[in-house]
Amino acid sequence: MSQVVVRDLVKAYRIAEREPGLWGAVRGVWSRRYREVQALSGISFSLERGELLGFIGPNGAGKSTTIKVLSGILQPTAGLVEVGGLSPFADRRRHVQRIGVVFGQRTQLWWDLPVLDGFRLLADIYRVDQARFQRSTDELIAALNIEPVLQQPVRQLSLGQRMRVEIAAALLHEPELLFLDEPTIGLDAPSKLAVREVVKRLNRERGVTVLLTTHDMHDIEALAERVIVIGRGRVLSDSPFQTRRDTVLRERRLTLEFSGEAPAIDWPGVTVLSRSGATLVLSFDPSQTNTPELVARASRDQAVLDVHVERPAIEEVIARFYHLHGAAEG
Amino acid sequence: MSEQKGPRGRGAKGPREERRSRMEAPGDEGGAARSLADAARPYRAAFAARFSTLLEYRGAAVAGVATQLWWGGIKVMILAAFYQAGLETAVPLSLSGAITYTWTAQALFALVPWTADPEVVQAVRSGGVSYDNLRPVDAYGFWFARSAGWLAARALPRALMLGAAAGFGLRFVGLTAWAWQAPASWAAALAFVISLGLALVVSTAVLMLLNITVVALLDERGVNALAAPFILVLSGNLLPLSLYPDGVSQLLELSPLAGILDTPLRIYLGTLSGQAAALGLLLQLFWASVIVLIGRASLAVALRRLEVQGG
Repeated sequence: MSQVVVRDLVKAYRIAEREPGLWGAVRGVWSRRYREVQALSGISFSLERGELLGFIGPNGAGKSTTIKVLSGILQPTAGLVEVGGLSPFADRRRHVQRIGVVFGQRTQLWWDLPVLDGFRLLADIYRVDQARFQRSTDELIAALNIEPVLQQPVRQLSLGQRMRVEIAAALLHEPELLFLDEPTIGLDAPSKLAVREVVKRLNRERGVTVLLTTHDMHDIEALAERVIVIGRGRVLSDSPFQTRRDTVLRERRLTLEFSGEAPAIDWPGVTVLSRSGATLVLSFDPSQTNTPELVARASRDQAVLDVHVERPAIEEVIARFYHLHGAAEG
Repeated sequence: MSEQKGPRGRGAKGPREERRSRMEAPGDEGGAARSLADAARPYRAAFAARFSTLLEYRGAAVAGVATQLWWGGIKVMILAAFYQAGLETAVPLSLSGAITYTWTAQALFALVPWTADPEVVQAVRSGGVSYDNLRPVDAYGFWFARSAGWLAARALPRALMLGAAAGFGLRFVGLTAWAWQAPASWAAALAFVISLGLALVVSTAVLMLLNITVVALLDERGVNALAAPFILVLSGNLLPLSLYPDGVSQLLELSPLAGILDTPLRIYLGTLSGQAAALGLLLQLFWASVIVLIGRASLAVALRRLEVQGG
């Protein structure tokens, strides 16, 4: 059976609204208006043991809400959620013993405690015995390179250090399932690489199932075998990363610099993305249109000074995908 | 992952490991004791972590003691003025008893739960409060342990410093009549220590009610403003409960908040001794259980309603 089963998951929040300004505040005292906001409107997917799933979608799409429901913090409004045969909210204590969670935007560590004391406290909370604690901290300290900060209180750490410490903290009790909500947000390049490396190794070597949300497509590229795109509380697509990547990467972009005014063209299979002054930007599919031929045809009437072919940035493609599905936050 | 062992790895072993191997020694009725110790482990650790972190705030403790000495002095002088006006015969507490009561109450001021735990307030503001649900522990027990650690860590250094100042300092400068007196007897001292332990439980249970209200209302100001006067008066911090008029005073002594200060203080003074002292301890235990049960039920409701919104 799948390790994670989510079927028709709905989560609605009730939000108190008030009119702006002083009058609105006064009115709010006796009459409150509530608006229901559906963060998730029927999400379904399942996850097998050992999978590494990337969750992407614009802000407000419902990624974090999904993780909160899956980790047992939020009670779903409707639908079925089962993780390892348990219902996360109802069987909270047994469920959370088996999962590790990192929220990139919040710290779960005790602010005033030195890092190592925080780890010891977590070992006590998860009832990890001393030998296991020693083994997993040694491994994690080496893998995440946090040896130098072990004696420092959490509040003194830089963001990059803190995030690496957070990830170690989420793994001390050797969870079989790991939820990472934007684990690389705001990190510098070396920290990002360290985080990705650790996640990948955990998944490959220990078979830890990972569900990761991110806005950084390089995280997805480096890690995820499967990608779910969600927008406005729905699953827009669920496919292996390779397929997603192939469709994305099929497009090529040709930028031509002419000696004079760029010519207007209208050829089948070629889209004019922009034309201003001497510059013309075209988009085409290289499997349909041959690149050198295209350049040759373009330079027939007007001399070409410079040619530049590129793949579109993955971010841009994703943004277009969101737009296409009307998923971007309104 | 790699099996690399840092130099720190070896150094950090030691006492813990020893303790474990001793616990696993065959022979004694280890099984039940060990599983009980294991069950209590998260809560003990949470208490210890909070306690040890807070002990580091020495500046705050010194400032607190200075304030308590100042107010204690004023209260003692007001009491003396009333007693000199001829009250002495009418009340069941001598002046020196009232003075010692006041100093002890001042020393234990930080044990009185007159504001919600700032850590809970902070967690409510940041949304961290529901992230505690990520831990495989009982939510009430976990917070209870942390809040108890907070109260104990604040009370202990303040009590010691104030004891030194009011017990020895005043005597040293010749103000013996105004000084803090020793407990009535060894038995009273022992019962006082037990009662103080129960006072910590009652106090934490009341503090938990404040914390839970903060979680439910998502704001601490109203709760704190309402709670402070009630708790300071009813616990006996403002005035010894036996100095209130007849009838009122007996009623106050039965109230749950008396268990926070008044009961241990009367045991200390010896005005509550023997069977009455035992009943006092039982009353503390009774109220502690009732308030804990109320707290558990209301936390369950509050947490069900709580939702964290936003990324």
